[in-house]
Amino acid sequence: MKNKVVTFSLTLVVGIIFGLGLIISQMTNPAKVINFLTVGEKWDASLIFVMAVAMGIMMIVWRWTSKRSAPLLANSFTLSDFKLVDLRLILGSVLFGLGWGLSGICPGPGLVQLVTLKPDFIIFFAAVLAGMWLTNLLNGRNKKEPN
Amino acid sequence: MLTEFTPISASVGGALIGIASAILLMVFGKVAGISGAVQSLLNPLQKGAGWKLVFVAGLLIAGVIVQLVQPELLVGELDLPLWLIVVAGLLVGVGTSLANGCTSGHGVCGMSRFSARSWVATITFMVIAFVTANAMYWLG
Repeated sequence: MKNKVVTFSLTLVVGIIFGLGLIISQMTNPAKVINFLTVGEKWDASLIFVMAVAMGIMMIVWRWTSKRSAPLLANSFTLSDFKLVDLRLILGSVLFGLGWGLSGICPGPGLVQLVTLKPDFIIFFAAVLAGMWLTNLLNGRNKKEPN
Repeated sequence: MLTEFTPISASVGGALIGIASAILLMVFGKVAGISGAVQSLLNPLQKGAGWKLVFVAGLLIAGVIVQLVQPELLVGELDLPLWLIVVAGLLVGVGTSLANGCTSGHGVCGMSRFSARSWVATITFMVIAFVTANAMYWLG
């Protein structure tokens, strides 16, 4: 019971820290993302710093995990051991790239922007969920994929 | 619309994203993948969905906190006609679902783990997003 409370609270705090990171870095601002992706006079390199710092921290952490058999508060690491680079991965990434390049919004910022209650962001997020639902529906007819 | 070059806030935000992902991995052994967490909203009773829903709640609470304390930090508009907002949202939903990940899971967590899948996914969506954004700007 105590463990469940700790897990719940810490996961919630992790979500809050992540969300604050998305907002402070301005990943939540579509113009910032679009300008990062656009060559020319409006190019804004800021997002390189977001990615580099976050990845740098995670590189160190992966080294730490590789020396351990279990994380601090769970019995094992829940990681994908799925290694196949297939058409599904590439097609999915192409479609995601199209949507991200058009809107400047990926799933995390799309979620955070919901709190502003702006209709555009609510419609966008509803469409994201609809896309996921549709994919799961079609996928359910074929086979189950690992997460 | 022009935006200012903000390397410091970008680094601070990146550090928070990295720290959050680090805690999740070190403490619970889990990867901070937001598209996967968002998917759990469609199947909230499924086994393993619990922590994802809590993580999603945390992201929303972060938004609410900033809205209350410093609303000028959470700005931005979707500069698209309504039909393209719907198309872009559908593409993000279908794409991340097929690829099993987005900027967080494949980008931040997977690339730093040197996962081949994540490198292929991230390079692909970055290149396509780059081409799309430039096409919209230069041809649109």
